[in-house]
Amino acid sequence: MSSDSGNVPVSANPVGAQTGAPAEFPPASPAQRGLFGVQGTGDTSGFGGLTRRRPAIVDAQRPYGDYFDDVYDALVEAHPGFADAIEHVVVDRGELTLHIRPQRILEVCRTMRDDPSLRFELCSSVSGADYLGTDERRLHIVYQLTSMTYRRKVRLEVAVSAEQPRVPSVTSVYPTADWQEREAYDMFGVIFEGHPGLTRILMPDDWEGYPQRKDYPLGGVPVEYKGAEIPPPDKRRSYQ
Amino acid sequence: MSTDSYASARETTEGRVFTVTGGDWRETLGGEDPIHDERIVVNLGPQHPSTHGVLRLVLELEGETVVDARAVIGYLHTGIEKNLEFRNWVQGSTFVTRMDYLAPIFNETAYALAVEKLLGIEDQITPRANTIRVLMMELNRISSHLVWLATTGMELGAISMMLYGFREREYILDIFELASGLRMNMAYVRPGGVAQDLPAEAIKKIHEFLAYLPKKLKEYEDLLTGQIIWQERTKGVAVLDVPGCLSLGVTGPVLRSAGLPWDLRKTMPYCGYETYEFDVPTATTADVWGRYQVRLAEIRESLKIVQQAMDRLEPGPVMVQDRKIAWPAQLAIGMDGMGNSLEHVAKIMGQSMESLIHHFKLVTEGFRVPPGQVYVQIESPRGELGVHAVSDGGTRPYRVHYREPSFVNLQAIPAMAEGALLADVIAGGASLDPVMGGCDR
Repeated sequence: MSSDSGNVPVSANPVGAQTGAPAEFPPASPAQRGLFGVQGTGDTSGFGGLTRRRPAIVDAQRPYGDYFDDVYDALVEAHPGFADAIEHVVVDRGELTLHIRPQRILEVCRTMRDDPSLRFELCSSVSGADYLGTDERRLHIVYQLTSMTYRRKVRLEVAVSAEQPRVPSVTSVYPTADWQEREAYDMFGVIFEGHPGLTRILMPDDWEGYPQRKDYPLGGVPVEYKGAEIPPPDKRRSYQ
Repeated sequence: MSTDSYASARETTEGRVFTVTGGDWRETLGGEDPIHDERIVVNLGPQHPSTHGVLRLVLELEGETVVDARAVIGYLHTGIEKNLEFRNWVQGSTFVTRMDYLAPIFNETAYALAVEKLLGIEDQITPRANTIRVLMMELNRISSHLVWLATTGMELGAISMMLYGFREREYILDIFELASGLRMNMAYVRPGGVAQDLPAEAIKKIHEFLAYLPKKLKEYEDLLTGQIIWQERTKGVAVLDVPGCLSLGVTGPVLRSAGLPWDLRKTMPYCGYETYEFDVPTATTADVWGRYQVRLAEIRESLKIVQQAMDRLEPGPVMVQDRKIAWPAQLAIGMDGMGNSLEHVAKIMGQSMESLIHHFKLVTEGFRVPPGQVYVQIESPRGELGVHAVSDGGTRPYRVHYREPSFVNLQAIPAMAEGALLADVIAGGASLDPVMGGCDR
């Protein structure tokens, strides 16, 4: 446990987590192409265990297309310091994702809301995702902003490590983020600094561990059906 | 101290705690004088007939005035989002349909749209599949609003409205049953299209329903709109204006009752909504009365959309043509319920080894979805329903998050309740139309 995390056990292993389960480790070597066009390990049975791969973030090239250039330019123009607050710009499937440095997310959100050429009045959603094994800063927090004035959507994404899972809270800009940040804290253990009351919301108050992290097991018991034993879902054969 | 077995009291370090399950406040409280005494804390729920499921409210009262309200949720948390990560993409439909159990078609459609966007097959969805989706969504919107009308009526003392609302909803559930085999949690809308075509009986039933409901709507209005108690309980109650809604993220009928015509079907259309003719009803009162009027008007607009969808229902496939994604079998209802059709079983077991392999691979392993993330938002009966789906390129979702309107809207309870009367907390909470299955997931 890191010393400056107060009373919150941030990096402690969740109770019941079994390290060494196949799903928890990424493949040791990058995926290769084999005979007959086989990709990865070539295991199609699933008995070799589930391997999770995630391609690296690919920066989009200017022009981004659609309204994306306008949003990026307006953001940088409104606050020239934002050019270095933006780590990556990703355009994929007609959606714009701005990867923001965690410490700067509050300023960026304020500008996104208040700048007349941006006007993202509604923070639609705040949620998390855990990229265990594929990203040093494995815990990502994703903000979906909607501009009702211009009918635009933008996704902001910040990444923090499990050892230092600290992100400034955006509740002072978007009060609707209150419960959603509590849920992200509850499920991923990300600490939102400046949140008015960061407590668990869906899980019981005395729960240990953060259930949506990838190293937290699903749980479950085997079930007998017509004489055969069916393993719990996370122990069943699975395909990569 | 009272000896009433239904109302006991005990001393704690926090003061005296009463457990009330019925009876009269005067007798329960005995010598206490709560009106002129200091604050009392009332715990409402999570098991209470007026809180729409397992919602718990902790209210601090001065007399009958609420000075502090806190909503406590999580009693129906079932870990659906975590479970999704251990099933393949198609199986996800059967999970997400169980979130907001009054609007299952919306959960399924949002999920299907997200998976299709990840697959990049939005353009391949057949016109008939899109029309059926719109048709089913609007029927579902009507049934959800009917339940809202029924439960809110009951909570404000109009018990007969409860009976009527649920009676008419049965009609729609019958239509769902004819189409999918199930009344709720149908998993009817699947990635790539819908599970199966609409049978002729369902179409007949929808036509009957279109002729039947307008008369009933008139009855509801005769019952409630002019009624003085209904007006007193709803007008000027639980007011939340547009800035309040936007800062708290409240969308749907509550936002529209404040006067902002924000409806994703119009503003960010999906499933071909831009080709349908309908209005977005709004009110300007921003109170429970306005939300009542908006929802009634929305039922009428939904009927218009259902009629248009019925008119343009052309024969055709209801699943994408891509055999690597589409479910390999046609489904049929047999003696023991819904299953793969007999012709399909005969083909894979007796004629085509390749079909059998194909079936086996698609059903047990599932299709692969290219890596990436998307966010899809649709207009559910309660507001913006968003799906954030992440794929790592595998056969199972890497992460699926639902932006549930019930979850987000419930944050508005303190803003609506504080400073108002205890009885108005019920009216205000009901006007948000929270469904705890969706809220807690």
